[in-house]
Amino acid sequence: MAAGVARAQKHAPWILLSPSLVTIGFLLIIPMMFIVVYSFWLRTATGADQVGFYLDNWQEVLSDRFYRDILLQTLKIAFFTTIICAVVGYIPAYFVANTKMRSKTFLLIMLMLPFWISYIIRTMSWINILGTSGAINGLLLWVGIIDSPLNMLYNQTTVILGLVHYLLPFMILNVYVSLEGIDKNLTEAAESLGCNGFQAFREVTLPLSFPGLAAGSLLCFVLASGTYITPLILGGPRDAMFANLVFEAIITQLNWPLGSALSLVLLVLLGALVVIYTRYLGVDQIAKSFR
Amino acid sequence: MAERQHAVELRNVVKRYGEFTAVKKMDLTVPENSFVTFLGPSGCGKTTTLRMIAGLTDITEGDLVIRDRRVNDLPIHKRNLGLVFQNYALFPHKTIFDNIAFGLKYRNVNKADIAQKVKSALDLVQLPHVADRYPNQLSGGQQQRIALARAIVIEPDVLLLDEPLSALDANLREEMRVELKRIQRELGVATIFVTHDQSEALAMSDKLVVMKDGIVEQEGQPEDVYNNPSSAFVADFLGHSNIFAGTLAEPSGETAPVQLEGGTTLKTTIHQIERVNRQQNIRAVIRAEKIMVSTNQNPTSNDSTSIPGRIKTVDYLGQMARYFITAEGQDWQVINPIDQHPFGEGADIFMHIPARNCVLLPGHHD
Repeated sequence: MAAGVARAQKHAPWILLSPSLVTIGFLLIIPMMFIVVYSFWLRTATGADQVGFYLDNWQEVLSDRFYRDILLQTLKIAFFTTIICAVVGYIPAYFVANTKMRSKTFLLIMLMLPFWISYIIRTMSWINILGTSGAINGLLLWVGIIDSPLNMLYNQTTVILGLVHYLLPFMILNVYVSLEGIDKNLTEAAESLGCNGFQAFREVTLPLSFPGLAAGSLLCFVLASGTYITPLILGGPRDAMFANLVFEAIITQLNWPLGSALSLVLLVLLGALVVIYTRYLGVDQIAKSFR
Repeated sequence: MAERQHAVELRNVVKRYGEFTAVKKMDLTVPENSFVTFLGPSGCGKTTTLRMIAGLTDITEGDLVIRDRRVNDLPIHKRNLGLVFQNYALFPHKTIFDNIAFGLKYRNVNKADIAQKVKSALDLVQLPHVADRYPNQLSGGQQQRIALARAIVIEPDVLLLDEPLSALDANLREEMRVELKRIQRELGVATIFVTHDQSEALAMSDKLVVMKDGIVEQEGQPEDVYNNPSSAFVADFLGHSNIFAGTLAEPSGETAPVQLEGGTTLKTTIHQIERVNRQQNIRAVIRAEKIMVSTNQNPTSNDSTSIPGRIKTVDYLGQMARYFITAEGQDWQVINPIDQHPFGEGADIFMHIPARNCVLLPGHHD
């Protein structure tokens, strides 16, 4: 009897976990297995996929400088996007967390509002702002500062701008949550010990909001690295990011095996980054101090 | 130069939040080296007053003077105060050493002196070996000691304690109470202690300030406030009291009879009659522990009154019992030490009340 109870208790976590395990298994693990298998097939000149175990795709992906350069460009764009999001996002997060206004909920809803509009439409709106017949050029022409429209679109800067626009709410919400969790007495204690407002921020608020900043940065970096719509809409021909190559291979060339190999490269790289990040930046270690 | 007497002085200090007045025309002094307690129920303005002194809340009207200097407009980080919070407020991302060294760092103390001062602060709070740990590795009581060490290491002009013991459990609280008082005596720093716990207030204070609705109801030495409450609120808030309206008759000798509303007659002293300026209508306050319950009818002394009554309910408290008694149509409560067994419910007993334990208050209603 007791053994039966013990066994039931031993199995209980697995039974409780089973719905999530089944969902993750069917929607994530199994499709990913398909991609792994695909990446070893071979696309032939006739257009049919040749089933088998060929390393040709992997050889091409890992040795071609073209892919390496695009990968580095992708990481660079994602890096700058993350830095800008962290700096620009911290300010509104700090404001919302510390405001004495009654309308805190309203401000939070305002932060969520962009998510209700399609990301593609939000990205395309920049064409109306920065384009040759867009708002800024129109204004500058009307005022008379310039004689002919400026070319502001379709370069790496606009790609980063579009990504910041897309990812900023993720950063703000993450930072907001960690700022909200900081005991207000801590800054008061710091000030009573001789800090002015800025010193108290640097000594107490900033380090204690670091877990949120780190989590938001990781999220921004991973999402930015995997995007293909922003460079497609706001980038020029030379501003392709790695996901554009996957898109190109699968949708345009219908070369599923190559596209699979490319997407796995990005997956492994970002996965490794997440592991290293949480391990060596000690994000979870710092989070413990909030106990 | 004349010796300074007051560490902190409040002159007609008012704090308003919109329409609501949290602190009304407060006049108060905190003598150097003394331990002053603000006691009162929640919402009485005690914490607001402390926060105004600390510089965490603006003062609407009046003057705040710390060591002969008006500091109304001086920001908190320039006031040189030690502040201890109810929830400790230690910096979770800094070691105990860095927590305590924090204030010294901003006072440009050199490294060797910092190490020395931190060490002696840790010795003072009797936690010499925790310097390398983080706050979450310490118990609540230890964290509170560190918070105290952090506040006193900067040698503040005034130490401000905002209910520092109320997050601790009962035994630890009493231990910390003794500890806190010892440290305060050792350092001789003027201390303001905010609490709603009357036993803490009575045990620790040199001066007790009882507050209610933003005004000071009574201030003085704890013993004086306890024995001679100046209002029904103070009598009721400190300990358990029986309060009855009554009328005063002509004194005969050292005592005078007091006729209570229900018809009971008690004796009181000349001294008490003086306190109410020989007013006719008075209120009599008899503390619950100053009535003796016994089965013996004979008064314990010449000037005491014996009233027959019946015990309705008994609260057994271990060393003490609290009796709810009906006597001559009135409800009384009495707290007595227990001799072997407490009296049972329904027992017929006599209450003996010495004249000096019948304290008089003016008869108006407050």
